[in-house]
Amino acid sequence: MKISVIITLKKDVLDPQGKVIHQTLDGMGFEDLNEVRQGKYFEIDTKETDNDKAKAKVEEMCKKLLANLVIENYKIIDPK
Amino acid sequence: MKSSVITFPGSNCDRDMDVALKKFGFKNKMVWHADAELPKSDLVVLPGGFSYGDYLRCGSMASKSKIMQSVINFANSGGMVMGICNGFQILVETGLVPGVLLRNKYLEFICKNVFVKINNKQNKYFKSVNNEVLEFHIAHNEGNYFCTQDQLKEIEDNNQIAINYCDENGKIEDQFNPNGSIKNIAGIFNKEKNVLGMMPHPERMIDTSLSGEDGSLFFKNLIKNLK
Repeated sequence: MKISVIITLKKDVLDPQGKVIHQTLDGMGFEDLNEVRQGKYFEIDTKETDNDKAKAKVEEMCKKLLANLVIENYKIIDPK
Repeated sequence: MKSSVITFPGSNCDRDMDVALKKFGFKNKMVWHADAELPKSDLVVLPGGFSYGDYLRCGSMASKSKIMQSVINFANSGGMVMGICNGFQILVETGLVPGVLLRNKYLEFICKNVFVKINNKQNKYFKSVNNEVLEFHIAHNEGNYFCTQDQLKEIEDNNQIAINYCDENGKIEDQFNPNGSIKNIAGIFNKEKNVLGMMPHPERMIDTSLSGEDGSLFFKNLIKNLK
């Protein structure tokens, strides 16, 4: 089963990379942007077949390694 | 005095630290990250470098390596643990010191000498250092110290700020902040002050023919305080 995780920076954490991407997009003519924030995306392929168990495991992974909860939020995408 | 320097895959300041510690009288051992047992030590150092290629977040992988459980136990029982640069990033990822280190504000890798002001001398790292300001070297891409407002309050209430970036006279202002860190923080302690994480490299300032001498001051003082 494949589970996806999206990690984003919390709202009040400065994202200098996102800012530079925003400026570059601006310079390319995409001028109607309010903000760009950069994040991370993980695809985790697990042997677990039980949906809830797999999600719980991935949540533990997020808390222990994938995200740093001081600055980041995580979102687990439901397996299809 | 016995010290241990932990080498992670990608550490590159471990041998510099070994040279510095030995120069000022430590009996130092290099310890591989995959070892489980920490040798008997009065000081454990997590050195600078790019452990695990800075993958995921700087220091995040190293913080989960085998030896770190022993280092965490050692720190929690009052042992002296110092993390320099990538070592500081590893320390924040273990939670031994609060906060995180973000990418530098202006997205540049910074490599230069800086001045830092000692904020707290009531600890074994800086006790009886005569200088108020030290000249150290920094070389990092992720040194922008960040923490939540609640954490900052706790850090300040417990006097956990070790050193702040400043000018040569000790003036702490935005213009002397190289990386955008909160309150010009260059290094912090845990609550008990036995764990120190800092971005600057004292081991790069131990030889007059190569650099300055302020690292020598730091190490001479440290070994004296540990005796």
